[in-house]
Amino acid sequence: MTTIEEKGAVAEVDEVDEEVAGQWTVKIRRFLVAKLPPERLIPDRQPAYMASWIYIFGALSIAALTCVILSGSLLAIEGPAWWHLSGLGLFVNSLHLWSVELFFFFMVIHLWGKFFMAAWRGNRQLTWITGVVTFLVSVGAALTGYVSQTNFDSQWISTQAKDGMNSLGIGAYFNVLNFGQMLMWHIYLLPIGVVALTGLHVLMVRTKGIVTPIGAPDDAPAEDATTAEAH
Amino acid sequence: MAAITMFLGALVNLTKPGHYIHWHFITISVANVVVIALMVIVFIAALLLPTGHKGGNGS
Repeated sequence: MTTIEEKGAVAEVDEVDEEVAGQWTVKIRRFLVAKLPPERLIPDRQPAYMASWIYIFGALSIAALTCVILSGSLLAIEGPAWWHLSGLGLFVNSLHLWSVELFFFFMVIHLWGKFFMAAWRGNRQLTWITGVVTFLVSVGAALTGYVSQTNFDSQWISTQAKDGMNSLGIGAYFNVLNFGQMLMWHIYLLPIGVVALTGLHVLMVRTKGIVTPIGAPDDAPAEDATTAEAH
Repeated sequence: MAAITMFLGALVNLTKPGHYIHWHFITISVANVVVIALMVIVFIAALLLPTGHKGGNGS
Protein backbone atom coordinates (compact mmCIF):
# COMPACT_ATOMS: atom_id res chain seq x y z
CA MET A 1 0.00 0.00 0.00
CA THR A 2 1.15 3.53 -0.80
CA THR A 3 0.05 6.74 0.87
CA ILE A 4 -0.64 9.79 -1.23
CA GLU A 5 -1.66 13.27 -0.14
CA GLU A 6 -3.88 15.72 -1.95
CA LYS A 7 -5.23 18.95 -0.44
CA GLY A 8 -4.76 17.68 3.08
CA ALA A 9 -6.54 14.43 2.42
CA VAL A 10 -4.60 11.30 3.10
CA ALA A 11 -5.60 8.18 1.29
CA GLU A 12 -4.16 4.82 0.63
CA VAL A 13 -4.11 3.40 -2.85
CA ASP A 14 -3.16 -0.02 -4.07
CA GLU A 15 0.06 -0.53 -5.93
CA VAL A 16 -0.26 -1.97 -9.42
CA ASP A 17 2.14 -3.39 -11.99
CA GLU A 18 3.89 -0.91 -14.28
CA GLU A 19 2.20 -2.31 -17.35
CA VAL A 20 -1.29 -1.47 -16.09
CA ALA A 21 -0.44 1.78 -14.26
CA GLY A 22 -1.53 3.83 -17.28
CA GLN A 23 -4.92 2.17 -17.62
CA TRP A 24 -7.93 4.43 -17.27
CA THR A 25 -9.44 2.17 -14.64
CA VAL A 26 -6.35 2.60 -12.43
CA LYS A 27 -6.28 6.37 -13.01
CA ILE A 28 -9.98 6.78 -12.17
CA ARG A 29 -9.66 4.56 -9.10
CA ARG A 30 -6.68 6.52 -7.79
CA PHE A 31 -8.38 9.86 -8.54
CA LEU A 32 -11.55 8.84 -6.69
CA VAL A 33 -9.72 7.38 -3.70
CA ALA A 34 -7.62 10.57 -3.43
CA LYS A 35 -10.65 12.86 -3.78
CA LEU A 36 -13.13 10.82 -1.79
CA PRO A 37 -11.32 8.86 0.92
CA PRO A 38 -13.76 6.78 3.03
CA GLU A 39 -12.90 8.61 6.27
CA ARG A 40 -14.08 11.85 4.66
CA LEU A 41 -17.14 10.35 2.97
CA ILE A 42 -18.41 8.90 6.26
CA PRO A 43 -16.59 10.95 8.91
CA ASP A 44 -16.49 10.31 12.67
CA ARG A 45 -16.06 13.94 13.64
CA GLN A 46 -17.28 17.28 12.32
CA PRO A 47 -16.49 20.92 13.18
CA ALA A 48 -18.24 22.21 16.32
CA TYR A 49 -20.09 24.84 14.28
CA MET A 50 -21.99 22.06 12.47
CA ALA A 51 -24.23 21.89 15.55
CA SER A 52 -26.86 24.05 13.85
CA TRP A 53 -30.49 23.50 12.94
CA ILE A 54 -29.69 24.74 9.43
CA TYR A 55 -27.79 21.49 8.74
CA ILE A 56 -30.55 19.44 10.36
CA PHE A 57 -32.99 20.98 7.88
CA GLY A 58 -30.63 19.93 5.08
CA ALA A 59 -30.76 16.34 6.34
CA LEU A 60 -34.55 16.58 6.77
CA SER A 61 -34.78 17.63 3.10
CA ILE A 62 -33.07 14.37 2.11
CA ALA A 63 -35.41 12.41 4.40
CA ALA A 64 -38.45 14.08 2.78
CA LEU A 65 -37.01 13.40 -0.69
CA THR A 66 -36.71 9.72 0.24
CA CYS A 67 -40.42 9.68 1.17
CA VAL A 68 -41.25 11.42 -2.13
CA ILE A 69 -39.37 8.79 -4.15
CA LEU A 70 -40.85 5.83 -2.24
CA SER A 71 -44.46 7.09 -2.34
CA GLY A 72 -44.03 8.07 -6.01
CA SER A 73 -42.80 4.57 -6.79
CA LEU A 74 -45.96 3.09 -5.24
CA LEU A 75 -48.11 5.49 -7.32
CA ALA A 76 -46.23 4.41 -10.46
CA ILE A 77 -46.81 0.73 -9.68
CA GLU A 78 -50.56 1.06 -9.08
CA GLY A 79 -51.62 3.85 -11.46
CA PRO A 80 -54.25 6.67 -11.57
CA ALA A 81 -57.41 4.64 -10.84
CA TRP A 82 -55.79 3.38 -7.62
CA TRP A 83 -54.63 6.78 -6.37
CA HIS A 84 -57.99 8.44 -7.24
CA LEU A 85 -60.45 5.81 -6.00
CA SER A 86 -59.05 3.45 -3.35
CA GLY A 87 -58.56 4.43 0.27
CA LEU A 88 -54.93 3.27 0.32
CA GLY A 89 -54.28 4.94 -3.02
CA LEU A 90 -55.66 8.26 -1.76
CA PHE A 91 -53.48 7.91 1.35
CA VAL A 92 -50.29 7.28 -0.69
CA ASN A 93 -51.25 10.12 -3.03
CA SER A 94 -51.53 12.44 -0.03
CA LEU A 95 -48.27 11.06 1.37
CA HIS A 96 -46.59 11.96 -1.94
CA LEU A 97 -48.02 15.50 -1.88
CA TRP A 98 -47.17 16.25 1.75
CA SER A 99 -43.68 14.77 1.41
CA VAL A 100 -43.13 17.27 -1.39
CA GLU A 101 -44.55 20.11 0.72
CA LEU A 102 -42.15 19.22 3.54
CA PHE A 103 -39.27 18.75 1.09
CA PHE A 104 -39.67 22.33 -0.13
CA PHE A 105 -40.32 23.64 3.39
CA PHE A 106 -37.10 22.10 4.76
CA MET A 107 -35.05 22.90 1.65
CA VAL A 108 -36.01 26.59 1.65
CA ILE A 109 -35.07 27.01 5.33
CA HIS A 110 -31.73 25.25 4.62
CA LEU A 111 -31.24 27.53 1.59
CA TRP A 112 -32.03 30.73 3.53
CA GLY A 113 -29.59 29.72 6.26
CA LYS A 114 -26.80 28.91 3.80
CA PHE A 115 -27.42 32.18 1.92
CA PHE A 116 -26.96 34.28 5.06
CA MET A 117 -23.88 32.19 6.00
CA ALA A 118 -22.47 33.03 2.52
CA ALA A 119 -21.82 29.31 2.28
CA TRP A 120 -20.02 29.61 -1.06
CA ARG A 121 -16.93 31.04 0.72
CA GLY A 122 -13.66 29.10 0.75
CA ASN A 123 -13.88 27.60 -2.74
CA ARG A 124 -17.30 26.08 -2.04
CA GLN A 125 -19.03 27.57 -5.10
CA LEU A 126 -20.00 24.17 -6.49
CA THR A 127 -21.58 23.16 -3.18
CA TRP A 128 -23.78 26.26 -3.29
CA ILE A 129 -24.54 25.97 -7.01
CA THR A 130 -25.53 22.30 -6.87
CA GLY A 131 -27.90 23.17 -4.01
CA VAL A 132 -29.51 26.05 -5.89
CA VAL A 133 -29.85 24.03 -9.11
CA THR A 134 -31.41 21.17 -7.10
CA PHE A 135 -34.02 23.65 -5.86
CA LEU A 136 -34.75 24.89 -9.40
CA VAL A 137 -35.01 21.36 -10.84
CA SER A 138 -37.32 20.46 -7.93
CA VAL A 139 -39.65 23.30 -8.92
CA GLY A 140 -39.89 21.74 -12.39
CA ALA A 141 -40.51 18.31 -10.84
CA ALA A 142 -43.33 19.78 -8.73
CA LEU A 143 -44.96 21.53 -11.71
CA THR A 144 -44.89 18.41 -13.88
CA GLY A 145 -46.34 16.50 -10.92
CA TYR A 146 -49.26 18.89 -10.59
CA VAL A 147 -50.10 18.51 -14.29
CA SER A 148 -49.78 14.69 -14.12
CA GLN A 149 -52.52 14.11 -11.54
CA THR A 150 -55.13 13.23 -14.19
CA ASN A 151 -57.92 15.29 -12.62
CA PHE A 152 -59.59 18.70 -13.06
CA ASP A 153 -56.88 20.31 -10.93
CA SER A 154 -54.16 19.18 -13.34
CA GLN A 155 -56.24 20.36 -16.34
CA TRP A 156 -56.66 23.79 -14.77
CA ILE A 157 -52.98 24.11 -13.84
CA SER A 158 -51.73 22.96 -17.24
CA THR A 159 -53.96 25.39 -19.16
CA GLN A 160 -52.74 28.22 -16.91
CA ALA A 161 -49.07 27.12 -17.09
CA LYS A 162 -49.10 26.91 -20.90
CA ASP A 163 -49.42 30.70 -21.10
CA GLY A 164 -46.40 31.08 -18.86
CA MET A 165 -44.39 28.61 -20.93
CA ASN A 166 -45.42 30.32 -24.18
CA SER A 167 -44.40 33.71 -22.80
CA LEU A 168 -40.94 32.22 -22.22
CA GLY A 169 -40.89 30.84 -25.76
CA ILE A 170 -40.50 27.20 -24.65
CA GLY A 171 -44.10 26.05 -25.01
CA ALA A 172 -43.38 24.20 -28.26
CA TYR A 173 -40.63 22.14 -26.61
CA PHE A 174 -42.00 21.85 -23.08
CA ASN A 175 -45.73 21.45 -23.68
CA VAL A 176 -47.60 21.30 -20.37
CA LEU A 177 -50.75 20.23 -22.26
CA ASN A 178 -48.93 17.10 -23.48
CA PHE A 179 -49.72 14.66 -20.68
CA GLY A 180 -47.34 11.95 -21.88
CA GLN A 181 -44.41 14.35 -22.08
CA MET A 182 -45.14 15.83 -18.64
CA LEU A 183 -45.47 12.37 -17.05
CA MET A 184 -42.10 11.31 -18.52
CA TRP A 185 -40.43 14.47 -17.24
CA HIS A 186 -42.06 13.95 -13.83
CA ILE A 187 -41.29 10.30 -13.23
CA TYR A 188 -38.03 9.91 -15.18
CA LEU A 189 -35.96 12.95 -16.20
CA LEU A 190 -36.52 15.35 -13.30
CA PRO A 191 -36.29 12.76 -10.46
CA ILE A 192 -32.95 11.60 -11.91
CA GLY A 193 -31.84 15.24 -11.92
CA VAL A 194 -32.96 15.92 -8.33
CA VAL A 195 -31.46 12.72 -6.91
CA ALA A 196 -28.18 13.06 -8.86
CA LEU A 197 -27.77 16.71 -7.90
CA THR A 198 -28.58 15.95 -4.26
CA GLY A 199 -25.93 13.21 -4.28
CA LEU A 200 -23.41 15.57 -5.87
CA HIS A 201 -24.31 18.25 -3.31
CA VAL A 202 -23.64 15.89 -0.40
CA LEU A 203 -20.36 14.76 -2.02
CA MET A 204 -19.30 18.41 -2.33
CA VAL A 205 -20.13 18.99 1.34
CA ARG A 206 -18.02 15.97 2.25
CA THR A 207 -15.02 16.88 0.09
CA LYS A 208 -14.96 20.65 0.81
CA GLY A 209 -16.20 20.48 4.42
CA ILE A 210 -18.85 22.82 5.80
CA VAL A 211 -18.26 26.55 5.65
CA THR A 212 -16.58 28.25 8.61
CA PRO A 213 -18.44 30.94 10.57
CA ILE A 214 -18.06 34.43 9.09
CA GLY A 215 -14.96 36.05 10.57
CA ALA A 216 -13.37 32.77 11.62
CA PRO A 217 -10.11 31.74 9.97
CA ASP A 218 -10.84 29.82 6.82
CA ASP A 219 -10.59 27.24 5.31
CA ALA A 220 -9.12 24.10 6.66
CA PRO A 221 -10.65 20.80 5.57
CA ALA A 222 -13.29 19.58 7.98
CA GLU A 223 -11.10 17.09 9.80
CA ASP A 224 -8.44 19.73 10.56
CA ALA A 225 -10.81 22.16 12.26
CA THR A 226 -11.91 22.08 15.89
CA THR A 227 -14.13 19.09 15.98
CA ALA A 228 -17.18 17.67 17.63
CA GLU A 229 -18.40 14.13 17.28
CA ALA A 230 -20.62 13.62 14.29
CA HIS A 231 -24.14 12.79 15.24
CA MET B 1 -61.60 7.55 11.26
CA ALA B 2 -64.89 9.14 10.22
CA ALA B 3 -64.94 11.14 13.45
CA ILE B 4 -61.46 12.50 12.78
CA THR B 5 -62.42 13.42 9.24
CA MET B 6 -65.55 15.19 10.50
CA PHE B 7 -63.53 17.04 13.17
CA LEU B 8 -60.89 18.23 10.71
CA GLY B 9 -63.62 19.14 8.21
CA ALA B 10 -65.28 21.27 10.86
CA LEU B 11 -62.01 23.12 11.48
CA VAL B 12 -61.22 23.91 7.86
CA ASN B 13 -64.01 24.10 5.31
CA LEU B 14 -62.35 23.36 1.99
CA THR B 15 -65.56 22.99 -0.05
CA LYS B 16 -65.61 26.63 -1.12
CA PRO B 17 -63.41 29.00 -3.14
CA GLY B 18 -60.10 29.87 -1.45
CA HIS B 19 -59.28 33.25 0.05
CA TYR B 20 -56.86 35.46 -1.86
CA ILE B 21 -54.93 38.60 -1.00
CA HIS B 22 -54.71 41.24 -3.71
CA TRP B 23 -52.01 43.91 -3.38
CA HIS B 24 -51.29 45.95 -6.51
CA PHE B 25 -50.21 43.40 -9.12
CA ILE B 26 -49.56 40.70 -6.51
CA THR B 27 -52.19 38.02 -5.94
CA ILE B 28 -51.49 35.24 -3.47
CA SER B 29 -53.68 32.75 -1.65
CA VAL B 30 -54.01 33.01 2.13
CA ALA B 31 -52.85 29.38 2.35
CA ASN B 32 -49.56 30.26 0.64
CA VAL B 33 -49.07 33.32 2.87
CA VAL B 34 -49.59 31.09 5.93
CA VAL B 35 -46.97 28.59 4.66
CA ILE B 36 -44.46 31.39 3.96
CA ALA B 37 -45.07 32.89 7.42
CA LEU B 38 -44.54 29.44 8.99
CA MET B 39 -41.26 29.07 7.11
CA VAL B 40 -40.04 32.44 8.37
CA ILE B 41 -41.01 31.53 11.96
CA VAL B 42 -39.28 28.13 11.74
CA PHE B 43 -36.22 29.76 10.13
CA ILE B 44 -35.89 32.26 12.99
CA ALA B 45 -36.37 29.43 15.51
CA ALA B 46 -33.67 27.42 13.69
CA LEU B 47 -31.24 30.30 14.10
CA LEU B 48 -32.02 30.97 17.76
CA LEU B 49 -32.69 27.58 19.31
CA PRO B 50 -29.79 25.40 20.46
CA THR B 51 -29.46 21.95 18.90
CA GLY B 52 -28.94 20.28 22.25
CA HIS B 53 -25.44 19.23 21.24
CA LYS B 54 -22.45 20.98 22.85
CA GLY B 55 -19.62 21.89 20.51
CA GLY B 56 -15.91 21.63 21.20
CA ASN B 57 -13.34 18.88 21.40
CA GLY B 58 -14.58 15.47 22.29
CA SER B 59 -18.04 16.56 23.31
